[in-house]
Amino acid sequence: MKEIRAIQPQLHPTLSDEKLQLAVYTATGRLVDKRKSTVAADVLPEYQELRQQANDLKRHAIEHLDYYLEEFERNLEARGGKVVWCRDGKDVVDFVLSLAKRRQSKVIVKSKSMTTEEIHLNDHLEEHGLEPVETDLGEYILQLKHDTPYHIVAPALHMTRYQVADLFEEKLHVPREEVPEKQTQIARTILRQKFLEADIGISGANFLLADSGSVVLVENEGNARLSTTAPKVHIAIAGVEKVIPRAQDLATFLKLLGRSATGQPLTVYTSILSGPRRGTEIDGPEEFYVIILDNGRTKVLRDADKRQALYCIRCGACLNICPVYRKIGGHNYPWVYSGPIGAILTPQMEGLDKNPWLPHASSLCGACGEVCPVKIEIPRLLLELRSDIEQDKASRGEDKLEKLGFQGWAKVMTNPRLYETAGAAASWAMQDSGSEGWAKHLPWFMNVGPVKGWSSERDIPEPAAKSFRQLWRERREAKAEQ
Amino acid sequence: MPKRVSIFVTCLIDQLFPKVGLAMADVLERLGYEIEFREAQTCCGQPAFNSGFRDEARSVAAHFLSVFDDAEYVVIPSGSCASMCSHHFAELYRDDPSMLAKAHAMEPRVWEFSRFLTEVAKVEDVGAVWNGKVTYHDSCHALRELKIKDGPRRLLRNVKGLELVEMDKAEECCGFGGTFSVKFAELSGAMVRTKIASIERTGADAVVSIDSSCLMQIEGAIRRDGLPIRVLHLAEILASTGDPR
Repeated sequence: MKEIRAIQPQLHPTLSDEKLQLAVYTATGRLVDKRKSTVAADVLPEYQELRQQANDLKRHAIEHLDYYLEEFERNLEARGGKVVWCRDGKDVVDFVLSLAKRRQSKVIVKSKSMTTEEIHLNDHLEEHGLEPVETDLGEYILQLKHDTPYHIVAPALHMTRYQVADLFEEKLHVPREEVPEKQTQIARTILRQKFLEADIGISGANFLLADSGSVVLVENEGNARLSTTAPKVHIAIAGVEKVIPRAQDLATFLKLLGRSATGQPLTVYTSILSGPRRGTEIDGPEEFYVIILDNGRTKVLRDADKRQALYCIRCGACLNICPVYRKIGGHNYPWVYSGPIGAILTPQMEGLDKNPWLPHASSLCGACGEVCPVKIEIPRLLLELRSDIEQDKASRGEDKLEKLGFQGWAKVMTNPRLYETAGAAASWAMQDSGSEGWAKHLPWFMNVGPVKGWSSERDIPEPAAKSFRQLWRERREAKAEQ
Repeated sequence: MPKRVSIFVTCLIDQLFPKVGLAMADVLERLGYEIEFREAQTCCGQPAFNSGFRDEARSVAAHFLSVFDDAEYVVIPSGSCASMCSHHFAELYRDDPSMLAKAHAMEPRVWEFSRFLTEVAKVEDVGAVWNGKVTYHDSCHALRELKIKDGPRRLLRNVKGLELVEMDKAEECCGFGGTFSVKFAELSGAMVRTKIASIERTGADAVVSIDSSCLMQIEGAIRRDGLPIRVLHLAEILASTGDPR
């Protein structure tokens, strides 16, 4: 059976939606400005050193992943917690379902976790009669709307408060409320009850600390702290790449994460959770599980160079600064990870043949690489992936036309005489449409392929009547005659 | 100060915008340089490299390296092409030690035009005259790969009669991106229009850059939209000696 591949999405609906364009450009612009003000040289002179340190730490952790994951497991289990190793989403779902069955749980509160979005955890739990409730405000809005995150950090970035007002009115049957603070109160009242009902709390993990067997959660709303302490069971779900060697390394990462994500020197809540309630302690869960998930990450690990995509700490800075993300938004990307980091992670995790257009959907401006707090070389990896993808296509005999085009081009460009002849021919063919060397339209037989793409948005530069080399020869001759 | 420089005019400028090449030559000659134009030159290979066709990029890069093998200074009126030669050739040849050595040997000899002026010729005032208000567009590869930010602005500020105004989105991409501009035409078109709106807000008569590829993207859209803004390469401004516009 021929495999169905995601084709290049139709971007027109997004690009022509003026309201959405304004909402996304404004929201990302605000995040860009805030980030800039908190990493500026006068407020954080050691910013570049911190980035290098973060990169060194992540490289070290990823190069020694087996060692640190096992150290994490030993230390967590010594504190009474348990590690659950999962290959994919199905393993995760099976574990959560069996646990819920044993504890006869129904309501599960969740704090924001991209990893659970990756495996569509909520859908699977609902199919089995459980009631997962998102408690991050943005995620709660999306759950009501049956929508997926638009952004790694700000999941409902694409929605205005008026749209939220409509949604609450319709789904929660409350009087219309357009003030964001009051909308928050509405959600809060409902969610408080859910926290009390829930028997299981599920969170993600920003970091796993190998030396202490702790899970670190970074958030602004306090819902992650409640989700992980109020219910009797806490399950943290983390990708294998989340482990860092030591608690003290947080000093580096926490300085970078809040600033890069939302322009905060530190997020409002930082929780370091180390196992279940012990002995005489009066709070904390009775059972504490950390699911360590592969779900394609070890495939990324195979490539010694491109595995640096796993250094990502999910700050979203590359999305906010990306001129492509800011135009096409989060939902045109094929997977939950959007923006530049999505463009280098998705092909590596899902396979080069699944979304071959994705690494090509970049103007290679390099802004993402400049803001990445862990110094992932995103622009260079995009180029590497383009090359991998074209080789992969060639090996399957696909898209022969572009390859042939570049082969012909290389022939011309390595043969100066042929190059000059081809240039003169093109110049002759296009010399008559007139105005100042730019054409509005070309004859139909020329308006094909790349030219058609160009002319759909822009006037077309005509080849000069005489190339530089011709003009240069004339200039030399004129000078010699003087 | 070197007396003789080789120029690489880039395929885009050679075929579409030869006046930019001539303007660069005018400026360099005015500063007393003897210019050598090697006729065998064609392209740096960037279009294929950026599109993922590395074999094809390698053969064109090898041609470049052989043409300029013994050139002491290669001055290029493009940040993007200069960066290809000084930053990306080495990536193309990482598995080929002898070509890699050649690529590394080329790196310090490749100079983007404005950087050559400010760092080798050490001039900030080239004696140009241009009456009007201009704004400068940072081309991405010049800005982020070559770290060129202030040099072109200093050169512009020293042009007699010229007022330099900053646009709010000077560092934001124009949306060209090589084949990206045609593979994702509507997206590329939306990006350049954000750029143009920023240019318009300055009230400048002209937008200036050091990359003809960005300028082609910007001018193509400005002309399509019928806007009264001129689009010029830095070399054209620096070559100008006050003839009426």
